[in-house]
Amino acid sequence: MTAQMDPQHAQYVAAQVADARVNVELETEGMTLNIGPQHPATHGTLRIIVRLDGEQVTEVDPVLGYMHRGYEKLAEVRTYPQVTTLINRIDWVGSFANEVPFVLASEQLMDIEAPERAQYIRTILFELGRIANIVLFLGDMGVQLGAVTPMFYALRDRELILNQIESATGGRFHPNFNRIGGVKDDLPAGWLQDTKSAIAKIMSFCDQAEGLIVGNEIFQERTRGVGVIPADVALTYGLTGANVRASGVDWDLRRDSESPLPYDKVDWKVWTHPDGDSFARYWVRLQEVRESCRIVDQLLDSLPSGPIMAKVPRIIKVPAGEAYVATENPLGEMGYYVVSKGGLEPFRVKIRTASFSNMSITPWLLKGAYMPDVVTILASLYFILGDLDR
Amino acid sequence: MLGLELAYWQETIIKLVLAFGVVLVPAGATVYLYLFKMVSFMQSRLGPMEAGPYGSLQLLAELGKSAQKEDIFPERADRFVFAAAPYVVIISSFLLALVVPFGPDAMFVNFDTGIFFALAVSSVSVIGVLMAGWASASKYSLMGGLRAAGQLIAYELPLVLAVVGVVIQAGTLNMSKIVEAQIEGEIFGWGAIGNPFILTQFVAFFIFFIAVQAELTQTPFDMPIAESELVAGYMTEYSGFRFLMFFIGEFATANIFAFLGATLFLGGWSVPPFVTDLIGIDPYSEAFNYIGPIVMITKMLLITFVIYWVRFTYPRFREDQLQRFAWKVLIPLALANIAVTGVAKVVF
Repeated sequence: MTAQMDPQHAQYVAAQVADARVNVELETEGMTLNIGPQHPATHGTLRIIVRLDGEQVTEVDPVLGYMHRGYEKLAEVRTYPQVTTLINRIDWVGSFANEVPFVLASEQLMDIEAPERAQYIRTILFELGRIANIVLFLGDMGVQLGAVTPMFYALRDRELILNQIESATGGRFHPNFNRIGGVKDDLPAGWLQDTKSAIAKIMSFCDQAEGLIVGNEIFQERTRGVGVIPADVALTYGLTGANVRASGVDWDLRRDSESPLPYDKVDWKVWTHPDGDSFARYWVRLQEVRESCRIVDQLLDSLPSGPIMAKVPRIIKVPAGEAYVATENPLGEMGYYVVSKGGLEPFRVKIRTASFSNMSITPWLLKGAYMPDVVTILASLYFILGDLDR
Repeated sequence: MLGLELAYWQETIIKLVLAFGVVLVPAGATVYLYLFKMVSFMQSRLGPMEAGPYGSLQLLAELGKSAQKEDIFPERADRFVFAAAPYVVIISSFLLALVVPFGPDAMFVNFDTGIFFALAVSSVSVIGVLMAGWASASKYSLMGGLRAAGQLIAYELPLVLAVVGVVIQAGTLNMSKIVEAQIEGEIFGWGAIGNPFILTQFVAFFIFFIAVQAELTQTPFDMPIAESELVAGYMTEYSGFRFLMFFIGEFATANIFAFLGATLFLGGWSVPPFVTDLIGIDPYSEAFNYIGPIVMITKMLLITFVIYWVRFTYPRFREDQLQRFAWKVLIPLALANIAVTGVAKVVF
């Protein structure tokens, strides 16, 4: 045993040693359980090898890469406008948000800035993507806990948001709407009004989720005090997004980073929760959807007129240089480190996705948890497989 | 039976057909009504709409689908036990149906210890579940089977103790006599609605209902099945017709527990005495052998409605929480109910 053994594991070992006298005769071999790659709790193809003592987890080993598609390499052989098509598929439920940091990084390298109206449209669609993404989580958490009904309410109301994304961009899941220097099209007629009514529906869904799920005794019993991440551990493992805010760290890139997106022009709040348990993560995300609704609502009211594209050359050549731009995506911080050698294609694109870092805490977090809680803790961390193995 | 003179073999054949009718027809009805339609409306969708008008033939389609599927045995499964497990589970539901009275004479067997028999055979399904969990040679099935066994045994106790309250009040274990006690009963001398035991034994009914929900492994007590973590618990490795048998067994057992609940707490096959007085027929007359089953099915549908309503509303308990709930809340409550009932029985 090394001195670096973490306290949770040390506690487990100490308990085992204390029971050793009793256990000598009753000692049973643990069981290794393979959760996945095909398993309903993994939302795709994630494999988690858990070592069980009865129903208690003693060791966790997540195995990633079953859905690795090599996007970083693929991006190197595509021109800049082509890359946005590709990276849409990283976090496939909030796709629009994937494009934004890459386009911002490219714009930063080319030293151009999209016109104000384009930035507003970007932000509105960004937030709609966030709503589409997190509303799915709000329903899915119910499914993981055995309540199927909230999922259908989530899908029903999320549909309205997807309709709005589709009517503006032409794609429900993969908009591919950002261009370097602006956005592809202006918003269609009547879109603002329709979006407002969709937002109102989402607001009422949030109230419903608050009553049906957050207020439910069994839900609280299952999530409060389960999967607790203290703030310092969360920061050590590089958690971002709602997961770190649920541990009481007040940190949101929309507010805390320099960005051309007009978040500073609207009135909204970053929610945190001191507990750091599964319940806190759910609660913070619920509040986040509400804040996103408020942001969209205010941006729709103050949408400026003007062009939607800056002057950019027909063939986009990015001058040599390096840029890292990260934004607060639905799952957490998503950043693109773009290296250009002055050609049509990026020389190297490093993609930092939130789910990958969020997953890294699971071996620490799931140790000592009960088997039924493994599923709910994983669900509350909220990862999208495409975001995990890009 | 029914005042007809029949040879033993004729009577046996009729009973056999009726037994299948009593178990399978309501099971199909509740699957269609509640699992397909009511739940769909709860979840703002339509449910099956293609097979027949409003999807009414969906059950046949499901049956055909299951019958066509390959009957898969896992490689390392204990083949005999694996194959036998669904039969054990479904036999338990058939045995349960034996003692339920559907009218003054319309019943399969008139046991003097009817309710005792029913509660005893309801535990037979635990063996089937354990067999399925063990023989599948799958870790998920094993965990599901063990959880199910632990849960079914834990909730068997409050179930029995809840029924004891009714038995004390009725003064008999015979199911027909329990129904009679409810018809003859009076509430402080007012006998217009008889005395359905739900009025006096509401605590017992509450415990009975929760215990039944747990015995059926329905949400919020569906930890043994827990599709988001154990895939389908002890049923994970089953496919095709054998899975269908588990499925039918689950719904048939739900109905028969609802029949039991109706008999014990809602007056069974009888209608409130003021109705029979109004029409002017004897509540024990021959006519009730035909009206009785309809009344029973109505009451059964009421109870199963609540069962499925709860099932599709709540998330599930973790297994230590549900064990704690059984041992620390339900059983003491049921014992207190028995004590109060005993005292009240002496006083009144």
